[in-house]
Amino acid sequence: MAIIKFIEHSGTEHEIDIPNGLTIMEGATKNKVPGIDADCGGACACATCHVYINEKWIEKIPQKEDSEEDMLDFAFEVKDNSRLSCQITVNDELEGLVVNIPEKQF
Amino acid sequence: MTDHIKTDCLVIGAGPVGLFAVFELGILGLKSEVVDNLDKIGGQCAELYPDKPIYDIPGLPSCTGQSLVDNLLKQIEPFKTPMHLNQRIESLKKVEEKWEATTSLGQIFLTPSIFIAGGVGSFEPRKPPIENIIKFENKGVSYAIPNKEIYKDKTIVIFGGGDSALDWTVELSKIAKHIYLVHRREDFRAVEHTVSLMQQLVKENKVTLYTNNQVIDANGDECLRSVSIKSKDGKIEILDCDDVLIFHGLKNELGPINDWGLGISEKQILVNTENFQTNLDGIFAIGDIASYPGKLKLILSGFHEAALAAQQAFKRAKPDENLLFRYSTSDKDIHERLGLKK
Repeated sequence: MAIIKFIEHSGTEHEIDIPNGLTIMEGATKNKVPGIDADCGGACACATCHVYINEKWIEKIPQKEDSEEDMLDFAFEVKDNSRLSCQITVNDELEGLVVNIPEKQF
Repeated sequence: MTDHIKTDCLVIGAGPVGLFAVFELGILGLKSEVVDNLDKIGGQCAELYPDKPIYDIPGLPSCTGQSLVDNLLKQIEPFKTPMHLNQRIESLKKVEEKWEATTSLGQIFLTPSIFIAGGVGSFEPRKPPIENIIKFENKGVSYAIPNKEIYKDKTIVIFGGGDSALDWTVELSKIAKHIYLVHRREDFRAVEHTVSLMQQLVKENKVTLYTNNQVIDANGDECLRSVSIKSKDGKIEILDCDDVLIFHGLKNELGPINDWGLGISEKQILVNTENFQTNLDGIFAIGDIASYPGKLKLILSGFHEAALAAQQAFKRAKPDENLLFRYSTSDKDIHERLGLKK
């Protein structure tokens, strides 16, 4: 379990308690955090759950697989800290993680 | 304009559930027609995961998306069902007790029942959410190439790093004045051979390659004149051009389905679980696009929904006939419809 902070592009913050084993995307959509569309439902097939990981956290999160990097080609305003939130599974280590939600999903 | 096609049931969506609906309708003796917005049959199975294995189809320990589609096509082969690809249903109108549906290519269907087996909606090109890109759509900005001749002697900016982007870069370099290829990273998803062809074109100065760059704006007057791109380190560059081609893959949209007066919740269509009819008589929703309490987005659930909806479609198509429940193992009518010899 980890409390994860989502920051919308407007600055609005949401602190969500997500059980271990769920992905960050699932935690966000179940709690209706705006700005994470997740059209494909977590199949790494759409890039509409794009988030920016807070710089301090990048190294604590398992690296992207090729399929995620490929799919990020379809996200809008991709940066070095871009990730697809459906590909990050929550565990205790992620307590306090901060992610920023982009202005728009594609 | 094309003639009306009269059919017992119109199936929207040529994914696994739409295809199996054709089967269930077919063994009841009903004719159907299928419409799909993609250029190929198979829906998500063929478009998103043709090579990925599926393990939860009853009786098939493992099959790929494409092999499932191929098998379903074989299963419905006896019914010789027309497939209307590259078009979607744009509008729907009630004409007495029937529905009149018109596709984006102007084909009109008249039918008592419509099965919406639209999965997650129709596949549409992914468009950058940039105001000026949208503004110059069809005035220089395109997402597909119906006719490559219009690019003769033009300066073109192509965005993307997959097969479409690279294939068209190579192909159009033969006729274009110059091509700029812009991709957000160094690696390309396209097949290696095409990537090396592109790199050769870069050496020959026919193509200018910008990696680590993304589109941020478009500029022009009546027509597009240039696009702005921004590099990873924040440098903005303006590329003068006649045309922009964006190949950022496809995304799913419910599209016109939103406007038909159907009960919709979270991009899914609300149905009953007796026959998967929507709030409109004769309009059914089956497969991933259907929503009801306990719904699971599994192919097998869609198959079940198709079978039950077909029973109701029979009653609508042949109100004066009795529908008897029969097994395919022993029913002569079913065998005949499947073209089996005694």
